[in-house]
Amino acid sequence: MRARLLAAALVLAAAPLAATAQTPYPHTGRDLAASCGICHGTNGYNAGGMPNLAGQSKEALAGHLRDFRDGKRPATLMHQIAKGLTDEQIEAVSAYWAAQKLK
Amino acid sequence: MSNDYTRRDFIRAVGAGAAAAATPAILSGCASEPAAPAKPVGRVIVIGAGYGGATCAKYLRMWSERRIEVFLIERNAQFVSCPLSNLVLGGSRTIESLTIGYEKLREYGVQVIRDEVTEVLVERKRVRLKRIEDLPYDRLVVAPGIDFMYDLVPGLNNPEAQKVVLHAWKAGPETVELRKQLESMRDGGVYILAMPKAPYRCPPGPYERVCQVAHYFKQVKPKSKVILLDGNEDIVSKKGLFMAAWNDLYKGIIEYRPNQEAKDVDVKAMTVKTEFDSFKGDVLNVVPPHGAGLIARQAKLVTTNNRWCAVNWQTCESAAVPGIYVLGDATLSAAAMPKSASMGNNHAKIAASAIVATMTGGPLNPAPTINNTCYSYVSDREAIHVDSVHRWMPDKKTLEPVPGSGGVSAQRSELEKQYADAWARNIWSDSLG
Repeated sequence: MRARLLAAALVLAAAPLAATAQTPYPHTGRDLAASCGICHGTNGYNAGGMPNLAGQSKEALAGHLRDFRDGKRPATLMHQIAKGLTDEQIEAVSAYWAAQKLK
Repeated sequence: MSNDYTRRDFIRAVGAGAAAAATPAILSGCASEPAAPAKPVGRVIVIGAGYGGATCAKYLRMWSERRIEVFLIERNAQFVSCPLSNLVLGGSRTIESLTIGYEKLREYGVQVIRDEVTEVLVERKRVRLKRIEDLPYDRLVVAPGIDFMYDLVPGLNNPEAQKVVLHAWKAGPETVELRKQLESMRDGGVYILAMPKAPYRCPPGPYERVCQVAHYFKQVKPKSKVILLDGNEDIVSKKGLFMAAWNDLYKGIIEYRPNQEAKDVDVKAMTVKTEFDSFKGDVLNVVPPHGAGLIARQAKLVTTNNRWCAVNWQTCESAAVPGIYVLGDATLSAAAMPKSASMGNNHAKIAASAIVATMTGGPLNPAPTINNTCYSYVSDREAIHVDSVHRWMPDKKTLEPVPGSGGVSAQRSELEKQYADAWARNIWSDSLG
């Protein structure tokens, strides 16, 4: 029992070290934006019938996604999709779209 | 890497350098002229230019900043979309409106080759083609879609029978021909759609198809009937929404028969035989069980039930052959993952991200997350959807739906039809340029 507790404590103590030792993956936003491309176009450039996400403000995009997720913004579908995203993912994908040039 | 690749690329690189040197400084900012490519890092061959293959080719070029040479090999001259093709049967779309060329992919530097791969020489990392000589690759992407297992429906296992009883489960000439059969059917006739057990391409497709055929009958041939013989025990996708549409819009036209898997077809008598019953129709539309496209089988990528190709869902790399990536309907689906255009397109992006990382020495995405969105048109005016979000679960080493996410439409609507049309425009643009 004591050995198990000790082992658990060691694992907990080691966790933050392991997290900081890893370089964060640089393309989280790019890869997520790509997934959204099926409805919103490559890199968020709308190809017809959807709002343009490319070049919008990061705060507005992230705010909309959080509002969809939290049921504060009515939707046919986006409330269901946004519930699948973490806060970190919402930040990363919003930053990626915001960094695209307005065409 | 082969000598022939290096030599040709060397000539191209020199040529590009010379052109750049000769270009007056005033033109150097011209956006339509891509900059001389960075040092190439190798070649990827993509087999099949459907939703998966075309998307992968484009994103490999984009994300490698043109450093990966991409050959996209496709036997058809043009892309024809399976999504929306049921609308051709219903009469609100033409096949031309679903047909798109591959020329825009060339703007990304994708080398689109109209040919057919007859053999993958796995040990030598080359593909053999019908028209041109063998091509070597560093990585191979196999996106062949599906092929039908006609031996499981013996009466259809010959070319003559297949001209009479169509599947129309690959959009193109069969879609147009099935529409003609429906047009020439008498009022009061019976159309039968027979679907195999899941997994099959496009889970909601059969239920949408009977809506569209019933929509056509309701306008033009109101005494006619639609029978759906489903090999499954219940409606596989969007059940409540489809049942509401059948009851509200097509009452007395559509008859749904679960647990009726087609075991054989008599083309002369025009009957579909199931285990205990026989159904006679005027137009028979039988979709046989299917598995990964034949080239996947030849390349020994099929791992499961003699039908599907297992992959590592963090990368889409084949579980059977390292260095080969499999996309789309040919894969052994992860939990609750449909065989859909949206998924094929998103498999392509998982693979492109992983291939670019591997070939350029970057890190792999530790938690790929993709979403699926499938619309179905229940008439010419209204649509419904199903969606899901799938995230890589490192402990389980697979993609799984994120708990609490995803769902279906609250009800069918004209607004969702507008979104369905927008989905089509955006995924076509995303996949094909």
